[in-house]
Amino acid sequence: MSKTKKYNSSAIRSGGQLKSIKRYGLLFLLPTAVAFFIGFVWPFLRGIYLSFFRFRTLRFTEYTGLSNYKTALGDQTFFRSLLFTTAFTVVSVLVINLAAFFIAFALTRGIRGSNGFRTIFFMPNLIGGIVLGYIWKIILDALIMEYLGSALALEANYGFWGLVILVSWQQIGYMMIIYIAGLQNIPGEYMEAAKIDGANSWQLLRHITIPSIMPSITICTFLSLTNGFKLFDQNLALTNGLPFRDTEMVALNIYKSFYESTTNMGVGQAKAVIFFLIVVVISLSQLYFTRRKEVQA
Amino acid sequence: MTRSRSGGLLSGFFFLLSALWVAPVIVVLYNSFKSNDAIKESLFSLPTGESFVGADNYIKGMTFGGYPFYDSVFYSLVITILSVALILLCTSMAAWYISRVDSFLCRMVYYLCIFSMVVPFQMVMFTLANTADRLSLNTPYTIPVIYLGFGAGLAVFLFSGFVKSIPLDIEEAATIDGCSPLQTFFLVVVPIMKSTFISVGILQIMWVWNDYLLPYLVLDKTVYKTIPIHIQYLQGSYGQVDYGATMALIILCLLPIVTIYFLCQKHIIKGVLSGAVKG
Repeated sequence: MSKTKKYNSSAIRSGGQLKSIKRYGLLFLLPTAVAFFIGFVWPFLRGIYLSFFRFRTLRFTEYTGLSNYKTALGDQTFFRSLLFTTAFTVVSVLVINLAAFFIAFALTRGIRGSNGFRTIFFMPNLIGGIVLGYIWKIILDALIMEYLGSALALEANYGFWGLVILVSWQQIGYMMIIYIAGLQNIPGEYMEAAKIDGANSWQLLRHITIPSIMPSITICTFLSLTNGFKLFDQNLALTNGLPFRDTEMVALNIYKSFYESTTNMGVGQAKAVIFFLIVVVISLSQLYFTRRKEVQA
Repeated sequence: MTRSRSGGLLSGFFFLLSALWVAPVIVVLYNSFKSNDAIKESLFSLPTGESFVGADNYIKGMTFGGYPFYDSVFYSLVITILSVALILLCTSMAAWYISRVDSFLCRMVYYLCIFSMVVPFQMVMFTLANTADRLSLNTPYTIPVIYLGFGAGLAVFLFSGFVKSIPLDIEEAATIDGCSPLQTFFLVVVPIMKSTFISVGILQIMWVWNDYLLPYLVLDKTVYKTIPIHIQYLQGSYGQVDYGATMALIILCLLPIVTIYFLCQKHIIKGVLSGAVKG
């Protein structure tokens, strides 16, 4: 990155060129800017605005202040979906990152056929959430039926671990690729020097490998964390919240308060704003903490 | 000696693990050739002379759920191709402009783009669907505008990251040789950015092709069903579940993805990785 700084935009030297680019500004910027406004900025602002209204259709909206937020925070299903999502995210982040790191670590030791293994582990990442969900629903239902005499939709526990298995299958390969890239970037001299100093393999891992791949760890935990919190398709396809609403995650809970509510969609919008704030706080604090570790390392 | 033996063990372990990794897809694959009764009786047994039904499930799947599957494929293709083409064209131009002209407005757009990557879709879900309806962006031919808007964040971010690494001298030389900004962009900048185009393109293809909720909320579902919508509909709300036909459709859905993956694996992994830097 540091090399590229030299050509920062502020470094434009020929004023003539800049001027002529500027004349074409509308042509270059306008299509994206308009679409971005329609597809993101306006819906976002309007979403915040509407969270203070009571409405069923947009023809009749009634300002109710913070009452939607009160209803949302007092909603047991919302609270439980938050707990479920948090528990799921913590478990899946740990499973995904530990497994991905272990696989990446082993595959960079020069195992025979490691390219083939890489190809296979990465593949599930390309399959969409809905299809992924149904593949696992079919498999897990049959397994649970055979060995436990029950069904995926009958116990929240099954749904929880089913989701963990599903996202692990989907994301381990992706994170593995990032870890492999990180591991391959560690200069060989570091290892050599530490070995000459008499470090054993645990010390090598602890004091050389892990500190050197801290950037990869930051990216992977960030991605698996936000993926976990925002999970929707897989949740809908695998359990759809069953049994009752026990395996409903936040995104699905919000979806249901919009499209299965008959009284007031404003509550769904208020939940969405709360969800958005949670995601922002988590992303920022996670980045802050791991970045700080990177500097120390 | 011991080293090579432990290496062999590890290879063996990974061999088993990757067998386990592809197992779900394999199970669905051979079940798509079994009769419904046989599937229900035992999912894991291989098709035998009795339970083997040939391509029946595939034929049934074509019209299953009262909606032709090839229509889904068609709409998925239309939406994906149009959206990705639009995103690549518009966001690369915008990113170049933003990086070269460092005005207040440009910075605002850039930071908004980064911000939009953090916002969960549920936040804008309802209002976005509503806006799309009002502006008639609710057909497969107009929904690409919505994809451009919602996907602009990541694409602008990735493109401008690359533009900043292109030496200005090249563009200046082009200007001196009499190129207008449009010519400079399309004849000089775009060829340099080829690999970024491939990366961003792959990321966006995967997103749009697999996306479920956005088209589900925006499109008229009775007329336009993309593949994910179709499969969700078959499983979710369609009264009787036909496992054989559903599995046949899942296989049809995976086939192109897996083929393309094996053909251009390097590009795909590189493209997907470039998306990871957004952290």
